[in-house]
Amino acid sequence: MTKNIISVKNLFKTYSTKDIETPVLRDINLEVPEGQFLGIMGKSGAGKSTLMYQIGLLDHPSGGEIILNGMNTENMSTEVRTQMRLNELGYVFQDYALIPELTATENIMIPLLMKGFSMNESKKISTDMLGRVGLAHRTDNKPSQLSGGEQQRVSIARAMAHNPKILFADEPTANLDSASGHSIIQLFKDLHATGQTIVMVTHEEEYVKFCDRIVYLEDGKIVRDNKPHQ
Amino acid sequence: MLPKKSLKQKWLNNLNVLWVGWFLAKKQIIGSNISTTILIIFIMMLTFLNLVVVSGVLVGLIEGGNIANKNQYTGDLIVSTLAGKSSIARTNEIQNTLKQMSGVAVVNTRYFESGRIEANYKTRRDFSELQDTVGTQITGISVVDEEALSGISGFVIEGNFLNPNESGGIVIGANLLKRFSTDFGDAFATLEGVYPGDEVKVTIGEKTKTFIVKGIVDTKVNEVSLRAFITKEDFWRLVDRPELNGNEITVKLSPTTFFTGNDIKNNLVKAGFAPDGKIQTALEAIPDFLNQIRIAFSLLGNVIGAIGIVVASITIFIVIFINAVTRRKYIGIMKGIGISEKSIEISYMFQSVFYASIGGIIGVFVVYVILVPLFAAYPLNFPFSDGILVAPVKGTVFRFFLLLFVTLIAGYIPARKIVKQNTLDSILGR
Repeated sequence: MTKNIISVKNLFKTYSTKDIETPVLRDINLEVPEGQFLGIMGKSGAGKSTLMYQIGLLDHPSGGEIILNGMNTENMSTEVRTQMRLNELGYVFQDYALIPELTATENIMIPLLMKGFSMNESKKISTDMLGRVGLAHRTDNKPSQLSGGEQQRVSIARAMAHNPKILFADEPTANLDSASGHSIIQLFKDLHATGQTIVMVTHEEEYVKFCDRIVYLEDGKIVRDNKPHQ
Repeated sequence: MLPKKSLKQKWLNNLNVLWVGWFLAKKQIIGSNISTTILIIFIMMLTFLNLVVVSGVLVGLIEGGNIANKNQYTGDLIVSTLAGKSSIARTNEIQNTLKQMSGVAVVNTRYFESGRIEANYKTRRDFSELQDTVGTQITGISVVDEEALSGISGFVIEGNFLNPNESGGIVIGANLLKRFSTDFGDAFATLEGVYPGDEVKVTIGEKTKTFIVKGIVDTKVNEVSLRAFITKEDFWRLVDRPELNGNEITVKLSPTTFFTGNDIKNNLVKAGFAPDGKIQTALEAIPDFLNQIRIAFSLLGNVIGAIGIVVASITIFIVIFINAVTRRKYIGIMKGIGISEKSIEISYMFQSVFYASIGGIIGVFVVYVILVPLFAAYPLNFPFSDGILVAPVKGTVFRFFLLLFVTLIAGYIPARKIVKQNTLDSILGR
């Protein structure tokens, strides 16, 4: 039996201002087995990105429990959460989130250097990763010199360079044209084929077919969970 | 939970944090706007100069006077007449002892008595008018020894200095002449219209002798510019003093000796000469009010420097704060992908140190290669000294590291403030 790499229990997230409390996630329960390609869908404001940020340790939930790769994240210190993001998780953001003054190679190198790889090792891995996403000729280009699709490929290469247990992608094709979007989804498909666990937030129905499972959110609640072969 | 790290792993991790911080800082500096970088470095350089030069010039005004006092008057050591005595007892023995001491290059003895110089007596027609006279210390010297000690002939501004073997010549200090003493107003009497070649009458006690003015000597040291110099042979023709004792014995040390004025003083005291004269090093002979001014100026310089440091730290704070605020999103992304907060903070601290150290290094260059030689060549013309720039290496190094430390803190605080913000809020720009 495949073990659950993500386990979410009774998760709540509420944004509070002085006068108003806005519940965004309500009592989310979710278990994701290792190697699954999970799609999170829903209308704008349904809470899909918020759910991904909570699971991806980019934000703190208001209540509930998140267990990643067997580790309960509830009482983790900031330092441990940072280490966990560095060692176990990878992120692909909608707007690519590359550091503008660094080249494509250097953007991929930073987390590797942080992990303790040497300069040469980091450079070699980064160059290899750029080759794998079809950008071997763009190693020394800065983000401003790359197209949106190319930037997103660099972002995927950065997210995958340190072999994360879980890859999170927040609307990775939203800012791309159709052809670029398809090539990015193809990259995810290829990664999934190697056994990579992927959690992808998307609102584009055409990419649903690539996911093993789709979770639909509405008003912060899971309203439908299309598990494989259901 | 994640497995606990060993001490070695923690060290390696800390080194890695530093290394990543350095990598990020380097990339940010290289990627930053060149004119902004130059401007920040320029501000840092000016701050450093403000720290070193302002106090250095203020102290230098006094130090210039002290150096002049030593070079032109006291030498490294001076033995002077004790209060209530008319001369230094056992002058010859002291001279001989000093000449035998290792490291002593010149021993010069001055002999003086209060006297009166009268000028323009040949052209004085109306005897109801006051005589053109001035009271001063008539100083008898060995021309050769005085020249070796103070290089006094170099300060002759009109005419020439005395020759060793001539008689009847006098060199008058410029401050005794009206045309050179306008700075002093009517504080004391001066002679009018005395030029080299003129005759003057010198009176000590009951004896009067006529001298030809050979030259006018002018220095910032009043003990020189307010005296009149004649050869010691002429002096003894005017003065009756048993045992031919002197009034000042000055000592110049060899430039290569390891001995100091203090060593020579201690030797003289040990030899039992303390009751015969007042033995002082050059530093001790400086009037106390000058030391007080020196302390006050130094304090003033430090206050101005401290204000400069505060301004520099605010500048760095603003620069780093604006940099960090505009890069808040990227700071959030870096945190999001697992870059430690410390590395990000350190990257900003490295940037601050970079600006301060480059500015400081340029400042050190400007101080020692340009300003110090410039002030030495063209000292500030101050009434009591030729103001130089005093920038001792120890003090300069201290100020350099003070600037680094202050900018380090000023860089850390805003970086910490931004880095501490919620990661997701930073990424999403909320």
